Amino acid sequence: MDGRGIDSRGMDGREVNRRHPAGSESDSESDWSRRVRPATPGQGTWLAGLPGILFLGLLVLAPLVIIVIYSFLSRAKFGVGVKWTFDITPYLDLLYSESLAGGRAFDPTYLQIILNSFWFSLITTVVCIVLSVPIAVWMATRPAAWRTALVFIVTIPFWTSLLIRTYAFVIILNDNGPINGSLQFLGIIGSPIGMLYTPFATVVGLVYSFLPFMILPIYASAERFDFRLAEAAYDLGANRWTVLRRIVVPAIRPGIFAGSLLVFIPALGSFLAPELLGGGKTSMIANVIAAQFGASRNWPFGAALSVLLLVISMLILVAFAVVARRARRQQGVNAWESLL
Amino acid sequence: MEAPVPTSPALSVVQVSKAFPTPEGGEVRALIEVSLDVADGSFTVLLGPSGCGKTTLLRCIAGLESPDDGQILLRGERIDQVPVWKRRVNTVFQSYALFPHMTVEQNIAFGLQMDRLAKAEITQRVGQALELVRLTDLGRRKPSQLSGGQQQRVALARALAKQPQVLLLDEPLSALDLKLRRGMQSELKRLQRETSITFILVTHDQGEAMAMGDQVAVFNAGRIVQLGSPEEVYTRPRTAFVADFIGEANLVPAGQRDGQIVIEGFGTIEPAALADPGASAAAQVTLAIRPENIHLDEDPDGPATVTEVTFTGGDIHVDVLLGPHPITARLPAHGVTPPRAGAQVRPRFLAGSVRVMADE
Repeated sequence: MDGRGIDSRGMDGREVNRRHPAGSESDSESDWSRRVRPATPGQGTWLAGLPGILFLGLLVLAPLVIIVIYSFLSRAKFGVGVKWTFDITPYLDLLYSESLAGGRAFDPTYLQIILNSFWFSLITTVVCIVLSVPIAVWMATRPAAWRTALVFIVTIPFWTSLLIRTYAFVIILNDNGPINGSLQFLGIIGSPIGMLYTPFATVVGLVYSFLPFMILPIYASAERFDFRLAEAAYDLGANRWTVLRRIVVPAIRPGIFAGSLLVFIPALGSFLAPELLGGGKTSMIANVIAAQFGASRNWPFGAALSVLLLVISMLILVAFAVVARRARRQQGVNAWESLL
Repeated sequence: MEAPVPTSPALSVVQVSKAFPTPEGGEVRALIEVSLDVADGSFTVLLGPSGCGKTTLLRCIAGLESPDDGQILLRGERIDQVPVWKRRVNTVFQSYALFPHMTVEQNIAFGLQMDRLAKAEITQRVGQALELVRLTDLGRRKPSQLSGGQQQRVALARALAKQPQVLLLDEPLSALDLKLRRGMQSELKRLQRETSITFILVTHDQGEAMAMGDQVAVFNAGRIVQLGSPEEVYTRPRTAFVADFIGEANLVPAGQRDGQIVIEGFGTIEPAALADPGASAAAQVTLAIRPENIHLDEDPDGPATVTEVTFTGGDIHVDVLLGPHPITARLPAHGVTPPRAGAQVRPRFLAGSVRVMADE
């Protein structure tokens, strides 16, 4: 960067503003070109980035740093807050717990909960994929005017708070709710099916929360799909199911991949669905963390759990990135552009 | 059931009509009662300008569109109600439509897998198809790693591997550069002769149609306006449109009085120059004269004036005014001294080269 704060090189490295040869122009003109130099888009002064950097720093980085620090401290005497003594007990508590007889023994409880969370997130992701692929492909094959409206409709759930939407399912899945009511009315069942406060209800809640995050990336991929390829496949003797399975789905893999990323990782750390719909039986990581800052009163342990969740999420992200890069090299850039 | 006819056509199109709705609420009639017989083992070309319906007909034969009216018969059996994937007809698409996530071999094998052939046979046929289009060493590549010409040959191999009864080609050469196009024209002729498969090719390039086709169907606005061999369509065009579309033609309006053809402001055409005198009795006609059939004699009392002389390499184009009507004559570059601009000339037309067509 030169002293004037604006780089005179364009983004492709070529000189954006050439110096005029001496004597070809009056001094006042070259002064003008030096002072009022049109910057290339994206090449503004670093000051323009300051608000964003401050925002990220204060509201994202700082809390994370606090959590990491807290995870290495001791539990406060009465459970609220922390004692400023260095302690790795919070991390030990992940795997070991004190038995009533004193001494520490391996305790798989929290590992179980993490595994549980993985399992729920996986089921949620798979169910979202199975539901989203037909919807997204259907959307992408509608006339262009419809498509904007359909995308709009898919985003309507975001207009309401997640808490309210999740709570709505408490009402829907209730023993006295509309599902049980209509099934009983139609005579299909005699007494209500207990759907609420089960793992099933948690998955329903999770799928409902995250479905748009799967539909939209798959739709984006499906929209770019060249349907002439489907025509060619039909011409070669493939029926509708084969075309979907062997031509369309491989082509929208980037969308499925992006959607899986956007569903699996947030689902791992989700709180509302297991809390409101799962009852005591389905605890995911976030529920346990919340408990540490509430009833269990063990902030450092809660922080340690949070750090664990963070590390797991980052590892998964890295795994996704590695797979994406490999697929990018194999399939060529175009198919995977939407992933970025 | 009728007795089998010895020379039954491979494909018959019978009175096929197809219309598409327009966004404004009307409809565009892409095909209007089109009928066509395609002989077994022949190379038929559907020729016409953009939007004339030739691609629509091809897609109807393939099954990607269904006709509103009429029938399509493959070896005597109706296929117009049969779904795409069940027809023994395959298409080479203009955009090639190669599956990007599969290799060349997998692309070719795809159609054979749909036929539920044994793996060993599939491998053999894929190899044969690659040999046929001379791409044997490129089997493991992905389409994105191939040139345009190579992609086109893979698209051909993929369709030919299935040994269809009819092969449809939708403007296969339009994306290729001129030299490659010429090469591929002879390639396609060779392939058709070697495989004896009936080819139906769609193009807007009349040169291509003449070079490759045994039979040319000229389309205009949803109808076939002439059907015949390339030579027939060129030397005996039935309408002004065909005369103009195939090769170059000068179209000049003229009047017919007492059996004599008169161009206003120019004069009479000698009966010997007319292709079929008396063919049309209309008072107003259009004359079609090919540029290469015009001789120009320098004559200071000549009735025509030269406006421009252009050297185009192989020959010389001379623009001449017949009264108020401009025409272009084509003279060979060597052997004849071309007249100069502004000179008066007396045009002579080769015997039987002036076609008289009633105004449409």
